Amino acid sequence: MNPGSMTEIWVYLSTQPLLWLTLTLAAYLVAIALHRKSGGHPAVNPVLISVAILVCLLMATGTPYQRYFDGAQFVHFLLGPTTVALAVPLHAQFKRLLAMGGPILIALVVGSLVAGLSAYAIGALLGASAPTVASLAPKSVTTPIAMGIAERLGGLASLTAVFVILTGIFGAIFADGLLRRLGVKDEASVGFALGLAAHGIGTARAFQLSEQTGAFAALAMGLNGLFTAITLPWLLPLLAPLLK
Amino acid sequence: MIAAFALLLAFQLAGEALRVALHLPVPGPVIGMALLLVWLVMRRGPDEPLRHTAGNLLQNLSLMFVPAGTGVMLHIGRLTDEAWPIAVALVASTVLGLAATGLTLHLLTRNRSTGENQ
Repeated sequence: MNPGSMTEIWVYLSTQPLLWLTLTLAAYLVAIALHRKSGGHPAVNPVLISVAILVCLLMATGTPYQRYFDGAQFVHFLLGPTTVALAVPLHAQFKRLLAMGGPILIALVVGSLVAGLSAYAIGALLGASAPTVASLAPKSVTTPIAMGIAERLGGLASLTAVFVILTGIFGAIFADGLLRRLGVKDEASVGFALGLAAHGIGTARAFQLSEQTGAFAALAMGLNGLFTAITLPWLLPLLAPLLK
Repeated sequence: MIAAFALLLAFQLAGEALRVALHLPVPGPVIGMALLLVWLVMRRGPDEPLRHTAGNLLQNLSLMFVPAGTGVMLHIGRLTDEAWPIAVALVASTVLGLAATGLTLHLLTRNRSTGENQ
């Protein structure tokens, strides 16, 4: 095959959704294989590795993100039905969740306020710009809720999505080690902390640990999304003058 | 499998419809998850195809975050300009959030842990 026709094939394929959809799945399969090979080590995070591979590919080929997303949106779409599917493991733990209702609600309020307000306060005190700080505050919440909250606070939705993902990856990598060091080892507490502080990516990590851990993470993710969406938009204006 | 997938989409659709109708601050899929949970409690659990499909999707939950995560490339400029405050705020607040949540739930449920392990 001569180089001219190779270029033609590339020019055609690079504009088709099929190419980047296929490469998204391929990058994920490589990441999963590495994750398995490492014996499930949390630092070999599948989201982190997939994203790193794809960003390198996109930059090397000069492909804009929007063209990438034209193909990857089919995978992105599955996030919706998969979120709904979290009801199945939740149902399996339903009796236990009900029995722990009081402690769960207290942990929700404490954890949600600590995660959201500390991100906002630290960002503001270290001199980050106003849109950055507003985009940081909802970073522990699942992406679609976080983007909505950030817009109401004067942040940037797409920047918030990045912070949410970075938070999720960081939380998924360090949560079980950190909590073990603090003496927190029971599945309910580890799962609930992962889902609350690191949303869906933390929940994915929790399902790697056990189905029970995953169920508590799913619950925490949903409750924290709801709680943060209601409280943060009126709490932050109260906190803002204190940090100036 | 198609029936189970259609069921998940139908609950997501119902969640979206409720969100728009009632101006709820929570996304449609999260409302759909709550609705499906209520339905499962009433029906005393999922049937085998739904359990299977949900399990398959959830096993690959990480994959679904890859397209949005790749969007990091759009913000590399801001991330490097404000790298220091962003990194400290993300790392410290995530550590604090994890510790506060995990410790609170652990300490409040510690006394019943023997009963829970049955």
